[in-house]
Amino acid sequence: MTSAPTILTATAERFANVEFDSVLGDVVARAPREDVVGLLESVRDAGYEMFIDLCAVDYLVRDPRFDVVVNVVSLAESSRLRVIIGVPGTDSTMPTITAVYPGADFYEREAFDLFGIDFSGHPDLTRILLPDEWEGHPLRKEIAIGSVPVQFKEANKAK
Amino acid sequence: MTKSSDTTPDDLETPDAAAGASPADPDPAAGDRRTVHDLWLSGTESPRQLGPFTDEGAQEMLPEESDRILSSQLGTIVEDDFEGLAGSDGDELQIINMGPQHPATHGVLRLQIELDGETIRRVKPIIGYLHTGMEKTAEELTFMQGSTNVTRMDYLSPLHNELCFSLAVEKLLEVEVPPRAQAIRVLMSELNRIASHLLWSATSGFDIGALSMMIYGLRERESVLEFFEKVTGLRMNHNFIRPGGVAADLPAGWQQDVTGIIETVTAGVADFETLLMGNPIFIERTQGIGILTREECFAYGVTGPLARASGIDYDVRKVFPYSGFEQYEFEVPMVSNGDVYDRFVVRFDEMRQSMRILEQVIETIPAGDYRTEDRKVTPPPRARIDESMEALIHHFKIFTDGFKVPPGETYQAVESSRGELGMYLVSDGGSKPWRLHVRGPSFAHVQALPMMLTDSLIADTIATIASADPVMGDVDR
Repeated sequence: MTSAPTILTATAERFANVEFDSVLGDVVARAPREDVVGLLESVRDAGYEMFIDLCAVDYLVRDPRFDVVVNVVSLAESSRLRVIIGVPGTDSTMPTITAVYPGADFYEREAFDLFGIDFSGHPDLTRILLPDEWEGHPLRKEIAIGSVPVQFKEANKAK
Repeated sequence: MTKSSDTTPDDLETPDAAAGASPADPDPAAGDRRTVHDLWLSGTESPRQLGPFTDEGAQEMLPEESDRILSSQLGTIVEDDFEGLAGSDGDELQIINMGPQHPATHGVLRLQIELDGETIRRVKPIIGYLHTGMEKTAEELTFMQGSTNVTRMDYLSPLHNELCFSLAVEKLLEVEVPPRAQAIRVLMSELNRIASHLLWSATSGFDIGALSMMIYGLRERESVLEFFEKVTGLRMNHNFIRPGGVAADLPAGWQQDVTGIIETVTAGVADFETLLMGNPIFIERTQGIGILTREECFAYGVTGPLARASGIDYDVRKVFPYSGFEQYEFEVPMVSNGDVYDRFVVRFDEMRQSMRILEQVIETIPAGDYRTEDRKVTPPPRARIDESMEALIHHFKIFTDGFKVPPGETYQAVESSRGELGMYLVSDGGSKPWRLHVRGPSFAHVQALPMMLTDSLIADTIATIASADPVMGDVDR
């Protein structure tokens, strides 16, 4: 609890389930997914006003299987905060944070597209990078990197 | 016969294609599953016998789907999924598609724009046309090879990508980079910022109607690219900044080259400002256009010149210094109207500040090694390989297996030409990244396009997109 930055003291007291830690000089908060919206609201009001990044990581054999990582910045404090939310592989859903940081919209769509994490309450959770017809979520670890042989359509006609 | 051949028009059903399924084929059932690749490998049959079968893997289209997609591409069917706004009969609204092949979108950006007369009511950016799965590729390349992959993302500022990746790897390795390598990195990344901004001013000026900007901007940029070619051997995708340092020391006489670049670009930027900033047509087309407020920048993660044009004093080089940027004196240009004109002001000023940094690097660059002495990441010197078997093995292992990085995770950001470029790197202790996520600044800027465009005139779309400077390689990765 001591590793929370001073502007987050009140937040750390309010969310007892959130563990604050310092990893290689970065402030990291590990939060259960039920708390994420409330936590981020509190963090934003404490001064972490700039949304930077949201991404997912697939650990495959770990429990919970996925991490959703949210990066925010406080300019007044010159401080970064990384909020990590564990998402189990059997029920890969978490509440959307677009109500707190509207900029998470595209990033959540990307995490859905590539990892299949279902952000409940997201206004338009559709594929963003891959074609709509695509099956599966390619950045999951069980999907191997592969090669696709391509026959060019006019190859038959070429003499 | 394959299912795809059933839907092929008759003219593609050549006699050869039919022969593929004839009794001459030893196993018709297996023939369905074979690919051209198999046939070429076995060498028993010519690929022509395979017929029009195309295995597109997971992307393979179903027969009915391919018909539908083909006809929609040919324009024979038009899908009308338009929904009018609430309280409107939709008569006066129309949707137009801009891109993905529009020349002013600077790549394959597609915008679905809903128009009410000439006023834009809604905008939906559609991306992914350039997605090549680089984050997945990064998991298959060693840390040694990784910088060749990331340098291809934001292809207009490749050195920033390499720098960000190298810094992230070094953070996990806890490797110190010698001061000379840091200064070379600063020099190269600031030159890259100038090159990128020059190209941006060329294309943006061109888009707005200052056609001569295209020639002038590219001409000045050429001087920087020539220097890059001299130092790294390449004009883009350099793979110059690597974990542990840089690939090579600067060539003899680099000070004169950089001084020459500074002179050329200083004169160029002054010319551009005379050409553009006082021009009444240019002012008319840019002032009060494409406005982003401070709050919108915060909410949508807009960084870099766009945020600084909206009055946000955020520059990663100042707030979270890296690679020794805290040693150099420079200012962060900032204005507060948040319109297209202000983005021109900020970027022109930024080029001048970058040149200030370059001058300081020339004066203060320390002597020393250009890469770390840590033999874990740096291969032994060439001379040692001739005399020591261990050095040869060491060299071989580094370039085949790569070096192992301790388990951990880190987020590293640099100020790229477009804004905050961040990389979230996770290592499981092996020689390849477990995960590499890239936070491209253009991704956030494309997301913010609707904020800039809604309720403006369609004629301002081009100026606004140009001022956001999205690089699609960075957006789609």
